[in-house]
Amino acid sequence: MDIHEYQAKKILSDFGIGIPRGGIAYSPENAEYKAKEIGGSRWVVKAQVHSGARGKAGGIIICNDALEVARAADKLLGKKLVTNQTGPSGKIINRVYIEEASDIERELYLGLVFDRGSECIMVVASTEGGMSVEEISNKKPETIIRSKIEAAVGIQEFQAREIAFNLGIETGLISRTAEVIEGCYRAFSELDATMVEVNPLVITKDKHVLALDCKMSFDNNALFRRNDVSELRDKSQENPSEVYASDRGLNYVGLDGNIGNIINGAGLAMASMDMIKSAGGEPANFLDIGGGATPEKIVKAFKLVSSDEKVKVILVNIFAGINRCDWVAEGIVQALQTIKIDMPLVIRLAGTNVVKGNKILKESNINYIEAHSLKEAASKAVEALKKIEVK
Amino acid sequence: MSILIDENTKIIVQGFTGKIGSFHAQEMIDYGSNVVGGVTPGKGGSIHLGLPVFNTVKDAVKETDAEASILFVPPSYAADSAMEAADAGIKVCVAITDGIPSHDMIKVKRYMRRYAKSEKMTMIGPNCAGIISPGKSMLGIMPGHIYKKGNVGIVGRSGTLGYEAASQMKELDIGVSTSVGIGGDPINGSSFRDVLARFEEDPDTDIILMIGEIGGPQEVDAGKFAKENMKKPVVAYIAGLTAPKGRVMGHAGAIVSAYGESAVEKVELLKESGVTISKNPSVIGDTIKSVLKG
Repeated sequence: MDIHEYQAKKILSDFGIGIPRGGIAYSPENAEYKAKEIGGSRWVVKAQVHSGARGKAGGIIICNDALEVARAADKLLGKKLVTNQTGPSGKIINRVYIEEASDIERELYLGLVFDRGSECIMVVASTEGGMSVEEISNKKPETIIRSKIEAAVGIQEFQAREIAFNLGIETGLISRTAEVIEGCYRAFSELDATMVEVNPLVITKDKHVLALDCKMSFDNNALFRRNDVSELRDKSQENPSEVYASDRGLNYVGLDGNIGNIINGAGLAMASMDMIKSAGGEPANFLDIGGGATPEKIVKAFKLVSSDEKVKVILVNIFAGINRCDWVAEGIVQALQTIKIDMPLVIRLAGTNVVKGNKILKESNINYIEAHSLKEAASKAVEALKKIEVK
Repeated sequence: MSILIDENTKIIVQGFTGKIGSFHAQEMIDYGSNVVGGVTPGKGGSIHLGLPVFNTVKDAVKETDAEASILFVPPSYAADSAMEAADAGIKVCVAITDGIPSHDMIKVKRYMRRYAKSEKMTMIGPNCAGIISPGKSMLGIMPGHIYKKGNVGIVGRSGTLGYEAASQMKELDIGVSTSVGIGGDPINGSSFRDVLARFEEDPDTDIILMIGEIGGPQEVDAGKFAKENMKKPVVAYIAGLTAPKGRVMGHAGAIVSAYGESAVEKVELLKESGVTISKNPSVIGDTIKSVLKG
């Protein structure tokens, strides 16, 4: 789960990390008031959307008086911000963050992630703040500092200090910088985060160490014990179909193609998508309805996939193990009695009682194309699509 | 032979009396697995499915000499149960549970370092289908009948994709020595490499099928291990060619976040290690057949 910059900054501040003075606003009037409340003479108005690269997309505006702040807020609020990370449809700006502008001397990069190879928490830092970590890896890989932290023991002062020295921080600010690194580590570990990224971490001209921007992601599997974090979820930043799916216990990821998928199991779902691609088609989604493939889940899945306007053909691929194909087939028939599907439907069942399952489908009055293998299912779906396109 | 489990392996079920635990325990017993009891704290002393229930794993091991366990414990308690199994002297523990926090798994892995290698528990999973040595024992939730007994070792992350592969193989009359599901989570008990090493030592395994997916370094590491340390051929399929970068594809661990983690990159790196690639999921069986023929 991702959160907004202003929420992440509040967390950092709770862990003792310096952030510029700022406040959240929902309207231009509100923004102007906040700017005056914060004081100073220069402000930054920042669109709050779950995405990086907001600056390049016009989502961050520097203002020199309070009226400009109001105008900037007006320009952003209610609009969709399209960045190179949001996809073409962009993300809605429902709130802006007003922050005092900082006089920056140096911009650094600081990130914490799980290192799956060593099963440790990895601190990544660089002197080249402001660029994305991918960009730093490509352009200035020699500036990247990595430090593995053993999660059971936690970060040690010397490790944080070492990172600060390696960043070339001036002596007077070493302990302050080390404290920031330790604070980020504590936030990561105490809140079940999967990513904490401060970019840039800045040294201001008046020698403060401040988190100027921050992104955080959290482990969905740990939200049950992190109520404070769960409350920060903003569904307006998520794909509506994905929200619909996750609220119903389905695993869905929207894609750009036009062949909709209903599959049980994440691996089989990815494999079926690969097969569609290899047959010359493009999948419209990833959808894992879970190993069980209960009739209720099948109904929900049909509703979800058929509501996607891009979808022209639906491919159902269920491998029934412990649950049997006859039972899955009954679920499909039931589902199609409650929802009308006006497009070609390819169904492939496999596993336990497959003959019985196919018989049930055949004897029902549903209109579908039968397939027996993964390959056949994918090629029949692509064929069906071509027929529609010819018409 | 087979790896990890055989017909003699004594099994206990953790989370035995719950609905899911009961169902799969019965399936395992019906398959012929040597299930000797189970653990549900607070229900010790009772009998369930005709077998004794214990309060602690230690009690169960003391009374039954159990060597293997399978976890059907909810995510919030699963890490604790795994550590309890390790401490009680269980040798192989399969965690079926989906949804264990990553921070908890790191804790489990760190906890297990206290045991000497000979005493150390092998954890399989979490978020996996478990282990089956066809015709001998099943310590998992897979449909046992789709696996034919034979000489191919399978190791994979996904449940249903593993079933797909096993049934393609069965149709071609190719059998399996042991199939191990290591699960779809980012931090797991055993890696592809750990399981490959066991198959290399197993006299009844002649070839290994590795079913990987996007995300993490394990498939590529396993490829390097195979190149440097193995004589037996490895065939691999990597799922997720069409997966977009930075998105979680169902499995918590199936996310491309660094170089070498996409399906295309993994395939390239595995080829460099001499691994035979099944170019799509419909030819997994055929690819193994052609490698078996030599």
